[in-house]
Amino acid sequence: MSSIVKQSSDDAFKDKYHYPIATKFRYGRYLAAAIILFIAILIVHAFVVGKIDWGVVREYLFARSILTGIVNTVVLTIISMFLGISFGLIAALMRGSSNLVVRNTALFYIFFFRSVPVLLQLLIWYNLALIFPTIAIPGLFSIPMTEVATPFVAAVLAFGISQGAYTSEVIRSGLLSVDRGQAEAAKSLGMTKGQTLRRIIIPQAMRVIVPPVGNETIGMVKYTSLASIIQYREIIYSAQTIYFANAQVIELLFVCAFWYLVVVSILSFGQMHIERYYNRSSRDTAKGETKK
Amino acid sequence: MTPLVQIMDVYKNYGPVRALNGVSLDVFKGEVVCIIGPSGSGKSTMLRCINNLEKISRGLIKVDGEIIGYKLVDGMLHELSDKLASRQRSKIGMVFQQFNLFPHKTVIENLIEGPTHVKGTKQQKARDTAAKLLNQVGLNEKAHSYPNQLSGGQQQRVAIARALAMEPELMLFDEPTSALDPELVGEVLQVMRGLANSGHTMIVVTHEIGFAREVADRIVFMDDGMIVEEGIAKELLADPKHTRTQNFLTAVRA
Repeated sequence: MSSIVKQSSDDAFKDKYHYPIATKFRYGRYLAAAIILFIAILIVHAFVVGKIDWGVVREYLFARSILTGIVNTVVLTIISMFLGISFGLIAALMRGSSNLVVRNTALFYIFFFRSVPVLLQLLIWYNLALIFPTIAIPGLFSIPMTEVATPFVAAVLAFGISQGAYTSEVIRSGLLSVDRGQAEAAKSLGMTKGQTLRRIIIPQAMRVIVPPVGNETIGMVKYTSLASIIQYREIIYSAQTIYFANAQVIELLFVCAFWYLVVVSILSFGQMHIERYYNRSSRDTAKGETKK
Repeated sequence: MTPLVQIMDVYKNYGPVRALNGVSLDVFKGEVVCIIGPSGSGKSTMLRCINNLEKISRGLIKVDGEIIGYKLVDGMLHELSDKLASRQRSKIGMVFQQFNLFPHKTVIENLIEGPTHVKGTKQQKARDTAAKLLNQVGLNEKAHSYPNQLSGGQQQRVAIARALAMEPELMLFDEPTSALDPELVGEVLQVMRGLANSGHTMIVVTHEIGFAREVADRIVFMDDGMIVEEGIAKELLADPKHTRTQNFLTAVRA
């Protein structure tokens, strides 16, 4: 009996050292749950007994002007983000340029449109007719500015251009996150700069770009409410028009909140799927395929 | 016979730093040339100049008679357009120390990327060629894996296959085994040995003196951005003429 290595197949050895492990009782967890539940009940109770006419909420939930309002909100969000991402990509590429003029133009764009508040930009675009009564290329066409700078156009320009200034930084950090060796490998295969960017760099940068841009899109859904100030018929503008007439203020604001929740839920769901797509190569490893 | 690669009095400056200090070298078709030397001696820089990943500061590099990166018009060198420079690179395969496989593409997608998007090869034909190459590097069962599911040695073998898929007339290897765990070096050298034996023209920057002795036709020893000594592989290793070569070989063998 002088073996140095003890075998765990040795039953006597097992019996001697294998004790059961007791479950630890976690008091903190139960305490936290109890406190949160209590506060939740208080809040729900307050709203149930408060002077809210839930019937009115239900009545206006699917009212025609409310639905038009939420559709307008979504349309403005999508077009503004499309413009913002396009401008952002262009500005990000310009910042990486070796041309001094191009690089500084991008820097100025980012500086300027991050500095001026979006609300101010909305008002400026909308009131452009005050300084430029007509848009014209002499001999070709001439249109009054008031026909061009509609609330919708003014809102798209204000949101899209200032979003581009923010998104360019996100896109730039995404492009920089891709290892230099990737561009070199693509070049060594004979790919042009454009091909390298489109097929190798951007698809990899998307992993870094998608989460913040998703965040910004969700932010944009809510920023578009600012456009109510220039009479763009998004959802809050529609709700205000109604409650100025019937004085059911909170009820209509709740209707708005409901629709914002719906839209943001859909967007979050979409974002999750896009992220999963761009993470596909690393996710497969996590599933546990072994290296051999 | 004109050499496939002609490096003629090439200088490369990074600001005040001289990475290449008047290098001249000819490599003939079918030849395997290994470049050895201490780190910072300009070996990798020279290799990267051959396929124009780095621009040279002075001198001339020709591959298959074509000036790399420039066009000679009325005694002046004019930089090539992105498109023409890319076309030149497509004929020169390169294998990197860090593999640089495209992580968002599967192994087979990595292999067909160049042929389909640069040479315009049809998908199916590119896939067939890719399958043959994967077989050649012993990885046909990994065709649909992503690079990060492979070991370093497997990744480097895929990288070699990816470069070969372009059917290059010249293969450049930039320290292909330096990033590998010791037990994975052999499988990569094995694949390279196979390429050398099947007549590929190869320029290999390496620290594997044993591999160089066995496979290289010629060995070039570089130091301080210059070629100190070059010669038939076995002769140079057995009887180095220059003190710097002797010191380097003593150091790596120790």
